[in-house]
Amino acid sequence: MAVPVHYYLIVSALLFGIGVLGVLTRRNAIVIFMSIELMLNAGNLSFVAFSKALEGLDGQLFVFFVMVVAAAEVTVGLAIIVTLFRNWKTIFVDEVRLLKG
Amino acid sequence: METAWVIPALPFAGFLINGLWGRRLPKKFVGWIACGAMGLAFLAASRLLWILLQETPTGRFWEPVYYTWIRAGDFQVDVSFLIDPLSMVMILVVTGVGFLIHVYSIGYMHEDPGYPRYFAYLNLFASAMLLLVMANNLLVMFVGWEGVGLCSYLLIGFWYEKQSASDAGKKAFIVNRIGDFGFLLGIFLTFWTFGSLNFREIFEAALVRFPTGDAVVVGITLLLFVGAMGKSAQIPLYVWLPDAMEGPTPVSALIHAATMVTAGVYMVARCSVLYALAPFSMGFVAMIGCTTAVFAASIGLVQNDIKRVLAYSTVSQLGYMFLGCGVGAFVAGIFHLMTHAFFKALLFLGAGSVIHALSGEQDIQRMGGLRSKLPVTFATFVMGSLAIAGIFPFAGFFSKDEILFETLMSGHWVLYGLALGGAGLTAFYMFRLVFLTFFGESRMDPHAAHHVHEAPRTMAVPLMILAALSLTGGWVQIPGIEGGRVFGAFLDPVFHEASQLLGHHGGATHPPLWLEGALMGVSVAVALAGIFLAYGWYMKDPQRPVRAAQKFARAYRWLFHKYYVDEFYQATVVNPLKQAAESTHQWVDRRFIDGAVDGTGSAFRSLSAVVRRIQTGLVHHYALSVLAGACVLLLFVLAL
Amino acid sequence: MESLSFPLLSFLVFLPLVGVLVLLFVDRENEAVQRWTALTVMGFGFVLALFVYGGFDPENVGFQFEEQYAWIPGLGISYHLGVDGISLLLVMLTAFLGPICVLACWTDIRSRLKEFLVCLLLLQTGMLGVFVSLDLVLFYVFWEVMLIPMALLILIWGHPARRVYAAVKFFLYTMAGSVFMLVGILVLYFYQARTTGTLSFDLTNIAEVPLPFSLQLWLFLAFGVAFAIKVPMFPFHTWLPDAHTEAPTVGSVVLAAVLLKMGTYGFLRFNLPLFPEASVFFMPVMIALALVGIIYGAFMCLVQKDLKRLIAFSSVSHLGFVILGIFSFTVQGVQGGVLQMINHGLSTGALFLLVGMLYERRHTRMIADFGGLSTPVPALTTFFMIATLASIGLPGLNGFVGEFLILLGTFHVKPVWAVLGATGVILAAWYMLWMVQRVFYGRVVHEENRGLLDLAPREIGLLVPVVVMMVWIGVAPTTFLEKSEPAVAHTLRRVQESVQTAQGRNAPWAMACAAWDHLTGK
Repeated sequence: MAVPVHYYLIVSALLFGIGVLGVLTRRNAIVIFMSIELMLNAGNLSFVAFSKALEGLDGQLFVFFVMVVAAAEVTVGLAIIVTLFRNWKTIFVDEVRLLKG
Repeated sequence: METAWVIPALPFAGFLINGLWGRRLPKKFVGWIACGAMGLAFLAASRLLWILLQETPTGRFWEPVYYTWIRAGDFQVDVSFLIDPLSMVMILVVTGVGFLIHVYSIGYMHEDPGYPRYFAYLNLFASAMLLLVMANNLLVMFVGWEGVGLCSYLLIGFWYEKQSASDAGKKAFIVNRIGDFGFLLGIFLTFWTFGSLNFREIFEAALVRFPTGDAVVVGITLLLFVGAMGKSAQIPLYVWLPDAMEGPTPVSALIHAATMVTAGVYMVARCSVLYALAPFSMGFVAMIGCTTAVFAASIGLVQNDIKRVLAYSTVSQLGYMFLGCGVGAFVAGIFHLMTHAFFKALLFLGAGSVIHALSGEQDIQRMGGLRSKLPVTFATFVMGSLAIAGIFPFAGFFSKDEILFETLMSGHWVLYGLALGGAGLTAFYMFRLVFLTFFGESRMDPHAAHHVHEAPRTMAVPLMILAALSLTGGWVQIPGIEGGRVFGAFLDPVFHEASQLLGHHGGATHPPLWLEGALMGVSVAVALAGIFLAYGWYMKDPQRPVRAAQKFARAYRWLFHKYYVDEFYQATVVNPLKQAAESTHQWVDRRFIDGAVDGTGSAFRSLSAVVRRIQTGLVHHYALSVLAGACVLLLFVLAL
Repeated sequence: MESLSFPLLSFLVFLPLVGVLVLLFVDRENEAVQRWTALTVMGFGFVLALFVYGGFDPENVGFQFEEQYAWIPGLGISYHLGVDGISLLLVMLTAFLGPICVLACWTDIRSRLKEFLVCLLLLQTGMLGVFVSLDLVLFYVFWEVMLIPMALLILIWGHPARRVYAAVKFFLYTMAGSVFMLVGILVLYFYQARTTGTLSFDLTNIAEVPLPFSLQLWLFLAFGVAFAIKVPMFPFHTWLPDAHTEAPTVGSVVLAAVLLKMGTYGFLRFNLPLFPEASVFFMPVMIALALVGIIYGAFMCLVQKDLKRLIAFSSVSHLGFVILGIFSFTVQGVQGGVLQMINHGLSTGALFLLVGMLYERRHTRMIADFGGLSTPVPALTTFFMIATLASIGLPGLNGFVGEFLILLGTFHVKPVWAVLGATGVILAAWYMLWMVQRVFYGRVVHEENRGLLDLAPREIGLLVPVVVMMVWIGVAPTTFLEKSEPAVAHTLRRVQESVQTAQGRNAPWAMACAAWDHLTGK
């Protein structure tokens, strides 16, 4: 019994959409971060789904890459958030506008 | 003749020693080194003369080559010398008179704190001057030419703390540079015409390739003469020489009377072949020379500074030399150059002795009656004045008369008349100087009068030697006597080609003796008239000049202010250039060119001021734009 | 030619980098060791350069001491070094000034000495690299690398008032020019790839490919802008006075003595051999700009109140002479131009060193603040006088030989150009001597000047070699001229061949056609 591939894709798209919405609407840096993770994992889900459907290993391989990158990103990202908190006593992104032109 | 290099090398060594260690050496050594170098150079030059005289008259021509100086493509210039009778005369004058003036300087500059510097410069000058006269090509000559200009600059501005002195030095250098500009262009034209800068090769090629009056040769000779105008202080570039009197007096004697300023005359004589091929240039040289002779003499009539009178007289006498060269009498020009070196050096040194005695006073209005207090100076000064006025049998008589005679013989009636008038003026202003300085009542500052003293021996001996030379120097060229033209016979081979071109044939077409005698009589009569006039004005009736000045007030003012030439140059050249530079700097450079550069920068900056608003600094905005971008891309892909 | 397996040029270029590495391990407090390290490295570099000079064979026209290794073979980029007679002299100048610069900043730099020396050494590597690289990419890398330490020198150790402005202006201006050159390099590369099928940035390969006239014109402009800004030619000169004025002494010295030469060197190395017909076509324009530069620069000197600005403008004038000589296309003119590059490096370098010494003593560069300095500092005055005289072209010193040959060459082509150029010589005497008069002559008017100390032995020691070189070049220039003559003659041969072909062509039309063809993709 095979679940058709578009089922996975719909879930993936939903997850991605939630992620996008989260990034755009939330002020808390950690939540934004979690939303980004959500998007990444939505991508991963599509990769795996396609990998299964196309019977190739490339997709799964990519997932590993993405996970490694995501892990690295988390490390850097959390470090930034910690520094942010230390310096500005806040983790709300709209209160820090260092890049304002 | 390979050893000729020691002649310029000796003073150069003196320059190095005194320049590098002079301040640590005892004063005595400094003077000895400088004078010793010059003395040895003079001895070496005498030995060279002796060897030269062993040769047959036509074989007196050596070109020792030392090394290749510059080579680029087919251009090559060697450092090499040319020893022939003409350069020999110059070498002897430079080393001989130079040595005497060095010795004189020991006494004159004794008190000066810049003593070693002074002697270093003076030696450097002698070295450069010798390089100038010994060069066998135009470029090495140019090295000496600029080198003497540099020394002149350094020595005029020797007392650099005085504003007027450093101004005068700068002026001398720049005016000379203007002349050298012409000289340099002359060198370029020569090289591209003849493919060489070597005198011998140029002349040989010119004689073969160019007919008389060819435009190229005229161009070359005129350009070279521009250089001579600068160096030898001819109209319109004479203005630096009177100001050059700011330097120490022995410097005026050596550089601005006896040697350096005659370099232009020497150059014209050296290039006699080229000038002979260019009659237009010859005429131009003669005209400029004659005009300058009279013009400068007229200014000399009313000046009150003892050295300035002498300076104008130098300008005037240089004019006579050019007149001589310009009418084809190169021997006469060089002869006058030599005798002038003797008597003008003497006059300057005499003036220096007066100034020295009066603790620096130079205004003849405030002298007078020095005859008894400075007997040696007085006697020698009068001899010099008689020589320059052209009184028989002094040196100036023979040389100036030969120039006048040759001018008339070449058919230049007008120039002869002018030159004769100039001779009268010369006699007048020189004896005005003598009478005001040495005769009459003392008009001195009592304080200065108290200190008046005769020159020390180091100063007096050179004066006496030069006085003797001013008397006898002309006897090497006595006209009308068989074998009297010793000097001319010595120099003739050098000017052989030139005189053939000009149609002179040695003494073959010599004019009748009576004519020569008559003209001599006229010259002496004019000179004597000048002297008597001066006597009448300044001795018998001292109020006479004052009345004349009042009567011809306007003319007097023009003469006194030197025809306002300096003011004219200042107003028409110097100031406009400075103002143009100032406003170009303000408007073109700052506003326009740099404004464009900065404007480009600020244009980008103001553009970015608009664009920067997009950067809100809010992460949400960035994320939204990323999303929007992604959507657009997606649509684009789907639409395709 | 391959007999020397020892990579002498690489050692020469990268030796300063070794010095940088060593400096990194020296304790910050230990300034003496830092100085001596830098001095040793620079001195050793000069010794290496002497080996290059000694081993150079003037009879040989081509490049010598060549080294070639593949760098990025896929793109045809190689590490290719070599010197010919022209670059040899500039390498010598650069290496010669290295130790002198270190000595000059011995006591001058009060803060961050270590970083200063690191910058200086980096700069040295960059400059030497520019002169010896024969691969266009390598050349471009060195060309840009050199900008950074120079900009830092101005930015960090410059005069506080306007150093940021000057550094940014210098950096952006020269960078803006270089971008055009980069585009030009790429066009050359792709043109070659299309016509011959080989991928190479190697100068010797590219020089083999004949370029169509229209393309030459565009490329001449692209390279020309970069070099003209660097020279700097009128009207691209305005960065120079600012950069010179604000830079620390050593920065000014290196800037004047070596950096500016890269522009003129670039013309000689790239524009003439690669675009001979375009060079012939643009000759009148270049000559006109050079003449304007000579006279304009001299004019600007007359009104400057700041010593360093004055000398900077005099550089504009002097480098106008170099361009004039190069674009006369005569052996004399170009040889004079090459020699004048060295001369200007020596005399202007010396002037900046001396002004720096004055600044160190008095902390001002304004002419009006001096006057009568001859009395308190006679030795400094003497050296200044010598440098001035060299700069205004007194025969017997170096400047004369260069200017003379340039004007001689130019006169052959068109006498009027030489006449105009020679007026620059008169003006030079005017502004320089006037400056000397105002600074050194007269009475001491400012009390602060009375007690100034004369030159220390270290300062005399660093000036004497410069003066010796000035006299040497003035008295025996053939030593140097004969090294560069074969290379110059070789460069000129191609240009002179093009003189015939380039005449009578409608260049603007050709340029427009080329642009149109390009845009329409033909």
